[in-house]
Amino acid sequence: MVKGVRFRNHEVVGGIIELARRYRDEGADELVFYDITASPEGRSVDRRWITRVAEVLDIPFCVAGGIRSVADAEEVLRNGADKISINSPALAQPSLITELARRFGSQCVVVGIDSREENGAYRVYRNTGDPSKTTFSGLATADWVREVQARGAGEIVLNCMNQDGVRTGYDIPQLQEMRAISAVPLIASGGAGAMEHFSQVFSAAAVDGALAASVFHRGLIHIGPLKAFLRSAGIEVRP
Amino acid sequence: MNQGTAGSGPGKVAIIDGGGANIASLRFALARLGVEGELTANPDAIRTASHVILPGVGAARAAMGRLRQTGLDELIPRLTQPVLGICLGLQLLFEKSEEDDTDCLRILRGIVRRFDPAPGRPVPHMGWNQVVATHSSPLLAGVPDGSYFYFVHSYAAEIGTATVGQAVYGWPFSAVVESGNFVATQFHPERSGPLGARVLDNFLRRY
Repeated sequence: MVKGVRFRNHEVVGGIIELARRYRDEGADELVFYDITASPEGRSVDRRWITRVAEVLDIPFCVAGGIRSVADAEEVLRNGADKISINSPALAQPSLITELARRFGSQCVVVGIDSREENGAYRVYRNTGDPSKTTFSGLATADWVREVQARGAGEIVLNCMNQDGVRTGYDIPQLQEMRAISAVPLIASGGAGAMEHFSQVFSAAAVDGALAASVFHRGLIHIGPLKAFLRSAGIEVRP
Repeated sequence: MNQGTAGSGPGKVAIIDGGGANIASLRFALARLGVEGELTANPDAIRTASHVILPGVGAARAAMGRLRQTGLDELIPRLTQPVLGICLGLQLLFEKSEEDDTDCLRILRGIVRRFDPAPGRPVPHMGWNQVVATHSSPLLAGVPDGSYFYFVHSYAAEIGTATVGQAVYGWPFSAVVESGNFVATQFHPERSGPLGARVLDNFLRRY
């Protein structure tokens, strides 16, 4: 029922508004802004750009990056974002998921999970924004997927790191395994390189959305033709 | 501020302040239509508005608690100008919600029930879904039947006498309701693209 095409944005403010307009007009169903200006050291972040995005967007959008507290989340949501996405801060302090869900409702609380296959097991990694700081969290992906739901996550974005940036398709086996244990919406991330990859992930892994960044960013795939392709493949998408 | 006369456009638009954090998107959507919405919990400001919007994010029990604190639970059912409920704002118009077994405003007959997760049907119901008109309503004027709107909810009102538009998520539920001066959408018109803007515009100019 619910299929989306998303992008993640590594740009800084100047181009964001223009990109937001472009993707909105092309028919994106939801946008995710990955705020890489939010430093891992926790210095204060200027979030006024969120208001400017909210002014022009008439579709839902999520802000990821730099949200470490209820106060951070409150600022992001008050500025007009619909959802907040947390990743490493949730690993560092799992109770944050519950606090956010209690305060704002599960529907606002997205947990991003960076998962990599090693020796046949899926493992969760943290601080993947900075390759020099990326470390194994000690958690098996399936365990973390269950735990974040129990703690109140309303959506899971599963970023399959083996596929990230290689554009050879989404990690269907991993997504199938996590789909089977996700009672909340599951969004596929990592690996999109061709239109067929989107139809595969929707039909084979029954995900609720497919997130992609670089293929949209570089103009390799345009959202309008992608949606027409998905419709012709029998996948229900918003026109 | 748009000061249109009755029938041609809204006068003062009051957005009932239920304490939720995320009202900005609704205000911006109104601004894109050239209308300034005043976020308020003041009974006089609400009573004298030409149009009233009851938005809703969060949980039913907390939202009803806040309305009771300010006496708005008594005021809202007696309003005579057009009132638009959005999302939780739709659910609060009904008698009761299964969410923490909450008594609601009892403007509309019916119960708000929880979605049960099932394979292929995660909860919350979050994303774009089709709305089919079951009765004609000015709120859906110019909206093609089967259009997609953006939903985010774990509870929904069953189909009832006030239902004018339905969507299906496991079971058919009220996506749009209308009864007298009360109308409401379970979806978020402020996040539903150009057709959502049409619904908001219809509320402001056709009611």
